[in-house]
Amino acid sequence: MQSKDDSLLLSIQDLTVKFKTQEELITAVNNVSFDIPKGKTVGLVGESGSGKSVTSLATMGLIPMPPGQITSGKILYHGEDLLQKTEKEMREIRGNKISMIFQEPMTALNPVFRIGSQISEVLRLHKGMTKKQAWNYSIDLLDQVGIPDPKTKIKAYPHEMSGGQKQRVMIAMAIACEPDLLICDEPTTALDVTIQKQVLELMLDLQEKYHMGMLFITHDLGVIADLADDVVVMYRSNIVEQNHVHTIFKNAKHPYTKGLIACRPMLDGNPKRLLTVSDYMEEDGTEIEVPAEKFEPMIKPDKSDIDSHPVLLEVNNLKTWFPVKGGLFGRTQSHVKAVDDVSFVVHKGETLGLVGESGCGKTTLGRTILRLQKATSGNVVFDGVDIMKQDKESMRKLRSRMQIIFQDPYSSLNPRMTVGDIITEPMAIHGKGENQKERFLMAQALMDKVDLKPQHLNRYPHEFSGGQRQRICIARAIGIEPDFIICDESVSALDVSVQAQVLNLLQDLQQEMGLTYIFISHDLSVVNYISDRVGVMNQGKIVELETAKEIYENPQRNYTQRLLDAIPKGVPKDLLLN
Amino acid sequence: MLRYMLKRIMGAIPTLFLLITISFFMIRVAPGGPFDSEKDLPPQIQKNLEAKYHLDEPLHQQYFRYLGNIVQGDFGPSFQYKDFTVTELIVKGFPVSLTIGGVALLFALIMGVTLGTLAAVRQNSWVDYVLMSTAMTGISIPNFVIAPLLILYFAVYRDWFPAGGWGDGQWRYLVLPVLALSLRYIAYIARLMRGSMIEILQSDYIRTAKAKGLSMTQTVLKHALKPALMPIVSYLGPAAAGIITGSVVIEKIFGVPGLGQYFVQGALNRDYTLVMGVIIFIGVLIVVFNLIVDILYAYLDPKIRLEQT
Repeated sequence: MQSKDDSLLLSIQDLTVKFKTQEELITAVNNVSFDIPKGKTVGLVGESGSGKSVTSLATMGLIPMPPGQITSGKILYHGEDLLQKTEKEMREIRGNKISMIFQEPMTALNPVFRIGSQISEVLRLHKGMTKKQAWNYSIDLLDQVGIPDPKTKIKAYPHEMSGGQKQRVMIAMAIACEPDLLICDEPTTALDVTIQKQVLELMLDLQEKYHMGMLFITHDLGVIADLADDVVVMYRSNIVEQNHVHTIFKNAKHPYTKGLIACRPMLDGNPKRLLTVSDYMEEDGTEIEVPAEKFEPMIKPDKSDIDSHPVLLEVNNLKTWFPVKGGLFGRTQSHVKAVDDVSFVVHKGETLGLVGESGCGKTTLGRTILRLQKATSGNVVFDGVDIMKQDKESMRKLRSRMQIIFQDPYSSLNPRMTVGDIITEPMAIHGKGENQKERFLMAQALMDKVDLKPQHLNRYPHEFSGGQRQRICIARAIGIEPDFIICDESVSALDVSVQAQVLNLLQDLQQEMGLTYIFISHDLSVVNYISDRVGVMNQGKIVELETAKEIYENPQRNYTQRLLDAIPKGVPKDLLLN
Repeated sequence: MLRYMLKRIMGAIPTLFLLITISFFMIRVAPGGPFDSEKDLPPQIQKNLEAKYHLDEPLHQQYFRYLGNIVQGDFGPSFQYKDFTVTELIVKGFPVSLTIGGVALLFALIMGVTLGTLAAVRQNSWVDYVLMSTAMTGISIPNFVIAPLLILYFAVYRDWFPAGGWGDGQWRYLVLPVLALSLRYIAYIARLMRGSMIEILQSDYIRTAKAKGLSMTQTVLKHALKPALMPIVSYLGPAAAGIITGSVVIEKIFGVPGLGQYFVQGALNRDYTLVMGVIIFIGVLIVVFNLIVDILYAYLDPKIRLEQT
């Protein structure tokens, strides 16, 4: 059976997927229809849980059944319905005609096999190559995806490669059999912006070379602005809007799409509070007229203003070196200089941003300042007290004034404790509140402050979404009324729409409580939005420290420029010119 | 690799020293001595015997003399089997124990891994439920209960296998002791393997393997088995120790002339040198086995390889 339209590669028609839980039947994908023409890219956009990944897994025939069930629809691939194929027929298509790249390159490769054998496997399975042929062809593929020295690297195990390299290996694996459809499920979300840019460019090149159709799934509209031909926006299991990429960006119809476009912090000026989806749309989907004052740009106080504030934190010649041990007796052979001679001050009420790529030492710096990591030399003076010289008891007291919010809201909350216990624990340690009852009342107020429902205090972390969990982490940190908080990539793991909400919350809290932040991130657009001054880190050193405005308008270092260039513009290039 | 092994063996010396010291004094604390019997020996003979074996010296002196001998590889003569040295007895008993213990461990491993994988792949089906509840029963029943039951059914009622003895290691004599010794470990490994396999099957790289177009069988055998084996390998150390101690009971019940038999007899007769010899030998065995386990672990997990070199 041939479809009438030969230019159509994939056509999803009225697809509905449901999952059976113990209590009810949940609709993950509801009546979804869209087409992917041959050689074109379709961007599938939506927040976590909107059904975009389920749609792609249905196309691959990888929905676990049970609990999943496809209750209606067709997935036509070259006119043939994939849902009618047997498992054996599907296996011949998977990895061969349609292949897939996943979000987490760290875990998507099998850790116990060499990458060479993982790539070869596909070729031997689908192309009937011998072990040797497949191995040699894999070297060629690694070369194509831009892995340096492929002959050596092919023998590497996944843990011996960086995140970006692993994602390149995944891509090599996916294109090995020259598929005509490539499904990419958030392929760059876990990567630094600079690596993201390289990987996106690579994918564009390969698409052209092999004339593949692509389904590109992301939560961030900005990422696909330059990549997609058409955009499909999903919200709560339904498609709310689909159109050509230009039309979406120029003239979005649905309030959710408008919100998605607006919530991304831009390099060239932002409103005072980042707009979020909830500014555009009620919970039930009805549109809200956004008042004009919400668009008013934020004007950052100039440098002289910041310098007049008293100094809260002073970091002097701080070094954190990790010894590299070797030899029979484990003698130290050399050092990894994670933080190498860093000095700066943070003023009261200021937000200092720290940016840099993975491995530049920004996280170690944050941890060393709080003495969660022992410094090799140098000192940190907090409000006139040298932190490095404090004994256990006085350090414990100091800790109540300094807090940290981590990147991963999933693993930084103990899954066996209720949210109430999580929030009141530091209070009890630092003697806030007379008794548990009083602390519980304080926790209720905190929940309210971070826009969570106070009655949810007796729930467990897994009952909350990623953004809500990060709010819990924030509530835990501010519960003991600190003066100073280090936010270590605190919004990196969140969807852009949620990221904007959390950033707004952090700003509100700063004003309300007079907090001082160090905000660590690899994403310059976020740092630009929230920081007064920005320090750029590279190989353990701060290479540039200036007001945010100065850094963005007049970067002094190539490295800074490179970071800036890597940020997706968030708008298609050709639209930007107009 | 050689350097690593050397380092590990050096590291085991304090452990063994502690083992020797504690067991030396513990067995001396036990009432009675090697030459006590129902009929009292004439005091002069008793005295001569004790002098011959240096038992009349102060305890600490005996201890240092024993240590000195051990370092030279001399376990001394057995008090009970007077024509044999302890080394000779160990050489005689060890192959028997090794056969039973080795076969039991191997059997437990093969059966446990297979059944555990099966249960994991068919998670929450009747196969899973039957296997896991059987396994739970297997873990709960001690081997000194299993062994007589096996003998009762397979030897007495059915007469398929001999009820005891060694028969110079013919396979028919091996079946029941091996079964009695390994059932517990089959059950435990199966449960461990099921849990580990279920976790691995949910990991991202299994999804990748499926997306490549591999069948379920290929995915499980090629991609999931190796990583899922890791907890099993860590369990092998304690399992081997357990099988060694378990074999003491089993050898006694089935009347198999292995190390365990000598150990029990030695302990009952206060045969100090024999008991000490067997303890040290088993100690060394467990250390060596744990070393093998760690090397195996490094083979399974390439990340560990990096840290060792």
